[in-house]
Amino acid sequence: MQDAATTISAREAPGHSPGRAASRLRSIWRNVFPFIVVGVLWEIVAISGIFPARLFPTIETVARTFFALTANGILPHHAIETLIRLLSGFALAGVFGVTIGILMGRSRLAEDIFLPLVSICAPIPGLAYTPLFLLWFGLGSFSSILLVGFVSAFPVIFNSWTGVKAVKEIWVRSAHSMGADDRRMFTHVILPGALPYILTGLRLGLAQAWRVLVAVEMLAAVPWGLGWLIFGARKFLNTDAMLAGIVVIALIGLLLEKLVFQKIENYTVVRWGMVAA
Amino acid sequence: MVPIAIDNVTLEYDTPAGKVTGVKDVSFDIGASEFICIVGPSGCGKSTLLNVIAGFLPPAAGEIRIDGKAVKGHGMDRGVVFQDFAQLFPWRTALGNVSFGLEMKGIPKAERDKIAREQLRLVKLEKFVDSFPHHLSGGMQQRVAIARALAYNPSVLLMDEPFAALDAMTRDDMQLLLADVWRATRKTVIYVTHNVAEAVYLADRVIVMSAHPGTVQADIRIDLPRPRDPLSLEFVDCQKQLMRHLGHKVSGNGAGH
Amino acid sequence: MSDTIITSAPKTGASKNNVSMSDQSKGRRSLWRAGVVLIIAACCYEAVARSGYFAPALMPKLSLVAQTFVAMLLDGTMIEHSVFTLYRVMFGFLLAVLVGLPLGILMARFAAVEGFFLPLVSALMPIPSFALVPLFMLWFGIGNLTTILIVFYAATFPMMFNTWSGVRSVNPLWLRAAGAMGADENALFWKVIIPGASPFIITGLRQAFLRAWIAVVGAEMIAASDWGLGWVIFDAKEFLNTDVMLAALVVIGGIGFVFEKMVFGSLEKATIQRWGMSRVAKG
Ligand SMILES: Nc1ncnc2c1ncn2[C@@H]1O[C@H](COP(=O)(O)OP(=O)(O)OP(=O)(O)O)[C@@H](O)[C@H]1O
Ligand SMILES: [Mg+2]
Repeated sequence: MQDAATTISAREAPGHSPGRAASRLRSIWRNVFPFIVVGVLWEIVAISGIFPARLFPTIETVARTFFALTANGILPHHAIETLIRLLSGFALAGVFGVTIGILMGRSRLAEDIFLPLVSICAPIPGLAYTPLFLLWFGLGSFSSILLVGFVSAFPVIFNSWTGVKAVKEIWVRSAHSMGADDRRMFTHVILPGALPYILTGLRLGLAQAWRVLVAVEMLAAVPWGLGWLIFGARKFLNTDAMLAGIVVIALIGLLLEKLVFQKIENYTVVRWGMVAA
Repeated sequence: MVPIAIDNVTLEYDTPAGKVTGVKDVSFDIGASEFICIVGPSGCGKSTLLNVIAGFLPPAAGEIRIDGKAVKGHGMDRGVVFQDFAQLFPWRTALGNVSFGLEMKGIPKAERDKIAREQLRLVKLEKFVDSFPHHLSGGMQQRVAIARALAYNPSVLLMDEPFAALDAMTRDDMQLLLADVWRATRKTVIYVTHNVAEAVYLADRVIVMSAHPGTVQADIRIDLPRPRDPLSLEFVDCQKQLMRHLGHKVSGNGAGH
Repeated sequence: MSDTIITSAPKTGASKNNVSMSDQSKGRRSLWRAGVVLIIAACCYEAVARSGYFAPALMPKLSLVAQTFVAMLLDGTMIEHSVFTLYRVMFGFLLAVLVGLPLGILMARFAAVEGFFLPLVSALMPIPSFALVPLFMLWFGIGNLTTILIVFYAATFPMMFNTWSGVRSVNPLWLRAAGAMGADENALFWKVIIPGASPFIITGLRQAFLRAWIAVVGAEMIAASDWGLGWVIFDAKEFLNTDVMLAALVVIGGIGFVFEKMVFGSLEKATIQRWGMSRVAKG
């Protein structure tokens, strides 16, 4: 994913705009306009009654449900449970994935041991492991966290491994001739040199964890969680609650991308000119 | 400071398409504190030879001896400036790059910053100490690389066309600087260049390599007194002689560049 | 990565000791080690399975898994399930290409199209496709349509996004050079922009298929629709048929592998790598 919204404002031609405020307003309007169009289309379909109102609620209904569920604390509770699972699973993936990936990049033995295992497990879509994990570790939160960690570890492993391998030979040589020993070669050259890839891996891992978690929550019968909320809402045809849940899911996904990773990248690899901003 | 012996060195690259000879049977000796220039057509193996001397490529045959000891891999006694712009660490500022070697030596921060600043001042980059490499031009990056190689004070300097990317004026300044540093520190320098005038200006001896697969074709002593005047007759004569060895047709006033 | 030994040898700590080994013998040793690792892993599994620590229903012996696998292949059920899954994934994937590719190109070429779709896309992209499964089940029932639409939703974004960045990233120098040589708009588009963007487009195809494959299995599991590999593994859980589940996992992994490595991998080799244009980002 990339920063689509900033791209737009960055490409805004400042040429004829009379003032900063005006051009800012216009750029906001440009970003909002498409949503208004879609919103109006949605309302037309909803009000026209082509679909039953229970299945296709108007935006007001969804908004009312959204606020009601937020006010009584149900939606935040679901969201927090989901976030805790996401972060625990992702932390597992990050720690183990980066360690294994770097080991694979640094030592031929580790590469030979892990690569066959990883390449056999990786092509299977993560969700397909769900039933197995549920059987082995039971229904509930623990299995979900393990599964999310397991699944999102693969992109982290692959990218850390590639990153270490892609560290430029000339950096290693320069550092060698300046007297870097193995330990400092690792901390001062290999690690920063591989960082763009490692960050990419973590980012892909988090995205993967997020995609899988929602589905896992539906299948693992966890007591709370956004996935469970929307899946459960289906039984009682609470389409409005379901849509409210989807909105929260979208917001969290967006925030994770914008707040967490773009900040880290801007502070490191973008500042170093190792990837384009 | 230390003599270097290059003894029948051959190197082959192992590529998917088969073996490619990098250099073939290269032998010459370098006296302590001598300034050697290596010239030769592109692809003849100058960078390869430099990498063998630096200890990054193990020779297929022959050996390199520095101060009598056979070279087994890289060491802090040799500072290297590569031909490639990308040699600086992008995650470190100019200052951070230059102080890397000092940091490896365990020199305290205040002192290494002082030395690094001084080196950067010598290459005229005192205004850019805190810039990251991608905000510097190619020539500026190359100057940081030179400062970096000088900062930790190795006894041998290996330089691969370090000034090729600089404009004529800056290059002249840098050559002057290098000549001064060499005179003051008496380092042994091996310097690869395409530029005949540069070789005559800097070198005690010029090694001329033949086209691929490269071997030593001529070994020419430059006996001009220092500091040298590039406009003097003797200088131009030396240049002509060198160009003849490189196979150029030299007319009345042949010195290029 | 460089493909010569000498330059790549000092990179990894372990290989430092044997610089003299040729690339070939190293490759052979890796293959040999891979075999040993897999055999050891299989033995570990088998030992745990036989130890009786877990119920045999939860952890069947490998021989049983193999038997089940062969039996399901022979009686045709596995093939039938695979065909259903493949039908859904291909249908959804093709739809995604048909929509994502032109949309990506249009967005990159026309600011108005970009201005309209980009905000929508950035709002929709963070929604995992599975979050829409319950909604689509309500709207379209359980069956092919829901699954295909989920696959379509999952695959469209990577296709479109990569195409968009690809066309935008075409080196302006190439455009100028082609323009100077007299290329008109049409020639510019077909002879410069499309080939120039093709590394991204191929990456897009690959990522889109990967997402599609993940989506189809997940959607089949959640929207339990009686047929398909995803449904098989989820259904097998209800009856503790762990052998069936593992056999289906093998098929899912196998098909995914064939597409990922053989189809898209060789497509990439035949084009991007041959042109020396390989990209940094991995999907
Ligand atoms: N990494 C490599 N893999 C395979 N062959 C190589 C490699 N590097 C150099 N060569 C081969 O070795 C020969 C010498 O290359 P080298 O880089 O030393 O030349 P050079 O004299 O430094 O040229 P230039 O003046 O252009 O820098 C070349 O003909 C090239 O084909
Ligand atoms: Mg060279």
